Amino acid sequence: MVIETEVTFENISKRHGDSLVLNDISFSISKGSFFSILGPSGCGKTTLLRILAGFDHPDGGRILLNGVDITKLPPNKRPINTVFQNYSLFPHLTLWENIAFGLRIAKKSESAIKAEVERMLHLIQMPEHAHKYPHQISGGQKQRVAIARALINQPQVLLLDEPLAALDLKLRQKMLLDLDLIHDEVGITFIFVTHDQTEAMSVSDEIAVLHKGNLEQIGSPMEIYEMPKSHFVASFIGDTNILEGHVAQKIDSEYSCLRLKDFPDVICFDDKQLSLGEQVHLSVRPEKIHIDIEKPVESSKLNCFQGIVEDLIYKGDHTYYGIMIGDRKIYLTEHHRRFMLDYKPIVWKDKVWISWHADDGFMLERFDPVDPQELLEGPQEGLADEQ
Amino acid sequence: MSNRNSQQELALTMPSLSWLITFFLLPSLLIFAYAFKPKGFYGGIVDGWTLDNIRALFNWNILLLIWRTLWLSSAATLLSILLAMPIGYHMATLSKGKRNLFLILVVIPFWSSLLIRIFAWKIVLHPEGILHRALEAIAIISPETMLLYNAPAVLFVMTYTFLPFAILPIYAAASKFNFSLIEAAIDLGASRLQAFIKIFIPGIQKGITTAFFMVFIPAVGSYIIPDLVGGTSSDMICNRIAQKTLAERNLPEASALAALLMLSLLAPMIALERYNNRKKKFAGARNRE
Repeated sequence: MVIETEVTFENISKRHGDSLVLNDISFSISKGSFFSILGPSGCGKTTLLRILAGFDHPDGGRILLNGVDITKLPPNKRPINTVFQNYSLFPHLTLWENIAFGLRIAKKSESAIKAEVERMLHLIQMPEHAHKYPHQISGGQKQRVAIARALINQPQVLLLDEPLAALDLKLRQKMLLDLDLIHDEVGITFIFVTHDQTEAMSVSDEIAVLHKGNLEQIGSPMEIYEMPKSHFVASFIGDTNILEGHVAQKIDSEYSCLRLKDFPDVICFDDKQLSLGEQVHLSVRPEKIHIDIEKPVESSKLNCFQGIVEDLIYKGDHTYYGIMIGDRKIYLTEHHRRFMLDYKPIVWKDKVWISWHADDGFMLERFDPVDPQELLEGPQEGLADEQ
Repeated sequence: MSNRNSQQELALTMPSLSWLITFFLLPSLLIFAYAFKPKGFYGGIVDGWTLDNIRALFNWNILLLIWRTLWLSSAATLLSILLAMPIGYHMATLSKGKRNLFLILVVIPFWSSLLIRIFAWKIVLHPEGILHRALEAIAIISPETMLLYNAPAVLFVMTYTFLPFAILPIYAAASKFNFSLIEAAIDLGASRLQAFIKIFIPGIQKGITTAFFMVFIPAVGSYIIPDLVGGTSSDMICNRIAQKTLAERNLPEASALAALLMLSLLAPMIALERYNNRKKKFAGARNRE
């Protein structure tokens, strides 16, 4: 399969007064993909989307759509439609008329409009609600209507601006699946803007992570998760333990021994080929770390430490532990694949062994410090911020 | 509702209700009654009842007057609303500080008397006035064109006078309007003008209805404006009422005219109210959205 590029951002910059909202953003989105732009509130993702839709203009750079420069094109002339945050359905029109709006503007014939609207109503599985008004339907249904209304113009790209932020958790998961189905059915490029990493991970072909107006990383969900480039990406997408230090010894061409701050030496796969003494930030995901009461069998590639259970949160399918190794707390999750009551449980203050394979740690490329507050921000604050 | 509650409610309503009855309802009924009284020789009325005053309404002069009153006030209402919509739209999209500045600019004319403002327009529109001269200089009008003492002058000054009454309710509705709907419409291919017509205007419908009443009712009752900037051929109904009352001292005929004016205002109000109620019944409270 030849992967064609649909949307290309070239050196997009945007300022609001003194603050740089977008700093020299360049990346491409391939045709027909489900692409997510992910980042915390204030990272510039909504601005980037508005620039693509045509509601904001970049201070520098250009946007190409299928190789054509559309930077100067007004929003109503772009073959791009948007599903807005909070839906923005027209309150004085029925759902039917809401969906038909784009075609009415395009002055399509009445019979063509009827056929298309019926088709869309079936796509979103709501034909029986066609003559209701927006205030008479639920949030999830409004969401579907907003999608149908945007898709009826047969855009080349569909933009989704935090479309699930106003829905509750259960509904959000269902809508996410529905979105994926609709994407498969219409086959056009979806660009999904969200602050929610689980949403982005579960549906996207590719994710661009934005942070403070900078493009932090772009890649498939697996690349982003397993090979984060920065401290920010590593801690924003999933949980992680970050250990700082330097290369103390090159064991062989692939593995190095790292000397760390407040932590014993660790062996790690060195994909970056760092030289002796070079600074290192190591990310170890909690689920990659194992916990045992007995000391695991020693091996040259296994990092093995004894510690004391400090935190313990039982969640049914897994338990979340905080283990003190010296002065440093390491977080890990242990999934329970067996009937737990058959086993002697690990309890608070137990002496335990934790271990991870040298291949399972990952060295970060950039060491920018992360404000922990930023990672905790909920969707509501995020919305208020960006409007 | 319990008996006590309704008693309390009555007690609370009594002051305003008695005010309305004494100073509004009774005088209005008196006017209606006067319309059926014979005219006294020295002004005032005499005993007995008559339909002469009502018959006097049905002559071409009066019908022409009513027609002129209605079209001038309708046109002034329409112009005011048409001007107020883009102004209200613009104001609602401004920052808070600028909005207040605009609001003050809209309200400032009320600080001086209407009479003075109309006289000011007389000076501006006068053949020797600044506007006439300026338009003459750039050859838009000929020196003989009169900007004063005709129906267009009345319409112009009426629109000027009533514009704030249209702007305020339309601005109030516009400031509650969700402007992301405009972006949604543009995103779907609409031009700004299409979005304005198809989304903004229906969205501020309540404000437009209020503006209609706020302008149309005082416009129909215009008296000073046609008196000062209108000529003999642009009298409105209130000028005739004043003439009948003051010059001819014919209170019954003046009352008949006033009653007609009241009825002609009541009719569209009741019709619109009914229309709105019916729509509410069908569509529910869809403006809550």
